Parts: sequence; C-alpha cells; structure tokens
Amino acid sequence: MPLTVRDLLKREEKFVYGHRLCPGCGAALTARLTMLAINEPVVVSCATGCLEVSTTIYPYTAWRVSWIHSAFENAAATISGVEAAYRALKKKGKISKDVKFVAFGGDGGTYDIGLQSLSGALERGHDFLYICYNNEGYMNTGAQRSGGTPMCADTTTAPVGKVIPGKTQWRKDLTAIVAGHHIPYVAQTTLHNPLDLVNKVRKAIETPGPAFINVLAPCVRFWRVDPADMIKLCKLAVDTCFWPVFEIINDEWKLSYKPKEKKPIEEFLKIQGRFRHLFVPEKRHLIDEIQKHVDREWNFVLKMCGETV
Amino acid sequence: MKKKIPLTGNAAFAEAMRQINPDVVAAYPITPQTEIMMTFAEFVADGLVDTELVTAESEHSAMSACVGASAAGARVMTATSAQGLALMHEVVYIASGLRLPIVMGVVNRALSAPINIHCDHADTMAERDSGWIQIYSETAQEVYDHTILAIRLAEREDVRLPVMVCQDGFITSHGVEPVEILDDEVVKKFIGEFKPWNPLLDTDNPKTYGALDLFDYYFEHKRQQFEAMKHVPKAYEEVAEELSKITGRKYPKVEGFYMDDAEYVIVVMSSTAGTTKHVVKELRAQGKKVGLLKIRLYRPFPKEEISRLLEGKKAVAVLDRAYSVGAEAPLFCEIKSALYDVKAKPVLASYIYGLGGRDTPPSLIRSVYEDLMNGNISKEEKYLGVRE
Repeated sequence: MPLTVRDLLKREEKFVYGHRLCPGCGAALTARLTMLAINEPVVVSCATGCLEVSTTIYPYTAWRVSWIHSAFENAAATISGVEAAYRALKKKGKISKDVKFVAFGGDGGTYDIGLQSLSGALERGHDFLYICYNNEGYMNTGAQRSGGTPMCADTTTAPVGKVIPGKTQWRKDLTAIVAGHHIPYVAQTTLHNPLDLVNKVRKAIETPGPAFINVLAPCVRFWRVDPADMIKLCKLAVDTCFWPVFEIINDEWKLSYKPKEKKPIEEFLKIQGRFRHLFVPEKRHLIDEIQKHVDREWNFVLKMCGETV
Repeated sequence: MKKKIPLTGNAAFAEAMRQINPDVVAAYPITPQTEIMMTFAEFVADGLVDTELVTAESEHSAMSACVGASAAGARVMTATSAQGLALMHEVVYIASGLRLPIVMGVVNRALSAPINIHCDHADTMAERDSGWIQIYSETAQEVYDHTILAIRLAEREDVRLPVMVCQDGFITSHGVEPVEILDDEVVKKFIGEFKPWNPLLDTDNPKTYGALDLFDYYFEHKRQQFEAMKHVPKAYEEVAEELSKITGRKYPKVEGFYMDDAEYVIVVMSSTAGTTKHVVKELRAQGKKVGLLKIRLYRPFPKEEISRLLEGKKAVAVLDRAYSVGAEAPLFCEIKSALYDVKAKPVLASYIYGLGGRDTPPSLIRSVYEDLMNGNISKEEKYLGVRE
C-alpha cells in the first residue's frame, strides 16, 4: 500500500528543525521526506557536503537517528561497514532487531569523488539505500561545477566569461550508470510530488540489497531562484523532461510520470539566474542545443521504459 | 598448550586474526600484505571464523568500512602496505579522531615513485602523526604476539585508539620462521569480549559520529585524543605484562641488547634489529663494548626510556629505514630530541639504510659500529650500502 500524506502526518519526524540549511533547500526536503518514509530503526551516513555540515554542528544535531559522517567520498563505503557490522553482530546473536541503512551524498560526493566507493558498495551487494541529493554542483564549497552540472550553467569553476558560456560539457547519466550495476532497485525523482519520493524510498528500503535514488534537489542559491519557487522548479524539471522520473526494479524500467504536454526547456531555464546569460539573441543556439540534448535523454528514458517516443 | 609451527610474518598475523575472530574485516589486497588477506579469506571460506569480510574496491573504502563497522559496534581489523596505506591516509586520521579501536597490520613497503614493492618504513612514517599507536615487529613471533597485544591495548577504556602492527615487507612477511602459537581458547580469554562504547547500532539511543566540529570545540576534542595517547605507555605496560605471563616473552617498549655497559650503540627498528643482534654478539666476542636499542613502540614515542638508556653512551648511530626529504630522518630526529634533556649526551650519527628493500647484511651494520668506534662521525647523514 503506497503511503499517503495522512500516513506521514501520523509519523514522528526523524530529520527535524534546528538545522542551518537555507530556506527552500532541496536537500533539506529530500532528507526530511526520506526519513519520514522510513519507520524502522535506521543508521544514516552522510558524505561531506551541505547536508552534513548544516545538520550536525556540534553539539547539536537535526537527526533523531544514529548518524555517521566520515569523509567526502566514502558515504557508501562507511555505511557498508556499518551494515557489515550489523550482519556480523546479528549472526553472533548480539543484535536481534531489524535495522535499515541509508547513505546521503550530494552530486559532488556521488557523481564525482564518491562514485568509486558507491560502485564498490553496490557491487558487493550491501543492504542499504543510497540517496543522491543532486543540486547539480558543489554547494558546500561555493557553487562549483560537478559531473552532474548541466551544460551552460554558470558556476564558479566554469564561469560565464567573454568567450566561454558556463559549463561546456553535458552532465553524466549517473542513474543509468548505477542501473548498470543491476541492483534490485534504482529510481530517479525530484520534489515535484512528495509522495513520489516517499514511496520510492519505501520500495527501496523494503527491497533487500542495494538501492539507489537520484533526487533532483534544487539549491536556491546556486540556481539563483526565489526560495518560494523550489517546488515550481521541480515541476518544471519534470514537465520539460529535463529530469525524467522513473523506477528500475530488477532491470525493468518504468516511467513514473509523463507530462501531458512537454514544455520547452526555456521554461525551466529562464527562471534560474545560472542560465540568465543564455537569454540574449546571440546565445539562442545554445538553448536549442540544450533542447536537443534534453530530447535525446528523454527519448532514451522512454525507450528504456518501453514507452512510445 | 603452546605449539611451535613454521609461519611467515603474514601467516602469523593471519593466524592471530583467526584466533581473534573479529566481527568485521574490510580490506583490499596489496603486495606484500596480500598473503594476509588471502589466508584470512580462506579462514572465512572454511568457516573457521564467522567474520564479515568486506572485500572493498580500494584501501580508501576498506578503511572507511572499518570506520563504519567500528563505530557501529564491531571488533574490526584490516591490513595494508605502502600505497594502500597512503590511499587510506585521510581515513586513518578519521579512525583515530573518532577514537575507534581498529587494529591494522601494516607490512612496511617503500612508497612510490619510483615504484618498488620491497621494504622500507616510508609508509608508516608518513602516518606517525595520525593518532594511531604504532608497534614495530622484529620477527614473525613478534608479529603474532603484538597483534594479540594490540587488540587489548586498542580496546582499553582509557585508550580507545587504533593500532598499527608493523612488520618488514618480504623480509618478515614472507620469511618462514618457527612461531609459537597460543591455544585458541587462551587467546579468546586474553582478548575477552568486545564491549563497544557508543555503538551506532544502539538505535534506541541514537549516536552521532563525525559531527561538524568548528573552532569552538575541535581543539578540545583533539586535546582529549592527545590525552588518550598519554595513557598508552602505562596501558601498554600492563597489557604487555599480562601477555608476558602467558607467553613467557617480554615486550618492553624499547628493548636493550647488551646495553648495560655498551659505549657504542645502534638504534634501529624491526627486522634489522635481528641482524644487529648478530653483529653485536660477534663484536662482543671480540671484546667490543657495543649494544643495540630496538624501538618496539614508536607511537607514542618512549622518550623517557630512550633518553635513560642512551645517556652517557660514547656514540650512538640511529638507523632509519625511512627519510624526511629536506630534513633529518624521522627516527634520528626524535632520538636527538629525546636526548636534549640528558646531561651526558652521546655523539650522534644518522644512517639511512635499506630503502626500497636494499639488503642490509651484517657487514654494513658492522661498518656502522666501526664508524662509531673510530670516531668516523659526521654531521651529515650517511647512506648505508648505496652506490654514490
């Protein structure tokens, strides 16, 4: 039975107030919804990043669960150690209850520096859920580009200059890379519909073995948008097909949402300061290229999901 | 019942691991440590231990998994060498900073570049300030004994720090020696049940490990860690004494060999101490007043014992199987510092030897004693057995 808002309202929050994340932060909502979806005893590991530094400033914490941060690139390896300890102690009769394991990493800690440790943990088959809160750049260090940053975004290490229009590469398809590990549960979502995330987390946590969810989690400061527009942005990301939402259960791809009418990519780009430089006549061709790339990625997902292109 | 069996240093470490039966071992194979994990994987495969073996995709992840497992409440071990230890470096500091009692076998090997798989101590010297206890082993027997000792030491309430048990790559790790093994039950009783302090898996009482700790608390937490390290010498002596009663072997932090009336002394660690003992005996037979000071516990550095044992000697040569490019060699530097407060200071000489596995036969050790006895001592460090 999928969870409803009514179910969630009855639950005790495990990721709570008092953290120092920005108003309108996608990572905060991702963490809150994820923790709401998990009602079992749980241990969380966090990669270095906004979510980590803003939620556990000693001697405070916003987590009402056991939590560990070790380094930037090793959230998956760290939680795999915790999970191995759990299996060892359970085998030896020192623990009787069932415990769940979740790792959170930003796109920097997941697409880039942490990809190896994520891949290793997935391949070894640890029973855990990895959530990538993907805000498309390195926010903790000041809006630098990542392997998940989209083409032409204005970042501090790929800045818009007189000759270079922001980031010059396409983002990598991390969800497909993870799917290549053939783990039991992979999904992509965003915050357009809280129940989509919550129920994907539920499925992931109930599936034995490794699970992965890539959540587009806007950063209002990097994307340069009004904090009040965060959810609107997520909706535009799915309605323009910039961020397809889908599940891959035992290698079966299934589309979670198909917009009735696919909106042009401009609608997603134009309300964000990081793409402002594109909206001059001489840069029109770049928007066209981005549109072509979005179409190509969307068609790939449709094909994988057995939908008509 | 003790029994003596032929073992390599690697097999001795693995045998101790089998008897310890840790909850979690996370590791990545690297020469010359590989044999440890291959042997231990066989123990796992044969059901001789019920350890969860995490065969990580890199040493960085291996140490990360050790950190996670130890924080979760498990007894955790691993092993590495050289580049592997260097790749772990970041997480080595995290293990000690979070006060996790992980025990790691380090089979000492040269660091690249140029690439070399043979022994020197550059790898562990690079971790000497990381907050891990470091114990150096002369023989496979010591590897075995130190490993069992390390578990108890790491898990002491007043210590709670990780330990590296070091041995010389190929020389000790691959050389077969007779090793006296304790009964499984004796080891089990000696190490006891591991009782974690604040396990993550106590989910009814949630714990936070690795919080952001800025200028308002970080310093205090590091201060506590420094204090824990200060408890180690006493804790070490107590554990070593207890183990001695079982094995009949002594494990002083520093070991003197013909030191009482020695005038000319070599200070060295690990397997070269064995070669030096041989030379000392030969020279003693000729009536020469020579001695050896072997450092077993390198971190925390047993400064008091060293200065007491070296005070009044005529000349002391410190042999480093490591270097600090642009400064004095690490062991020499610390011995020199330890002697600052003594009244009768010996003349000091620095020798760098055995880098990248360069053989250090008795003749070279003899040449060092001859330098000391002949007053052939320079301010500059000397390189033992190198083609200039």
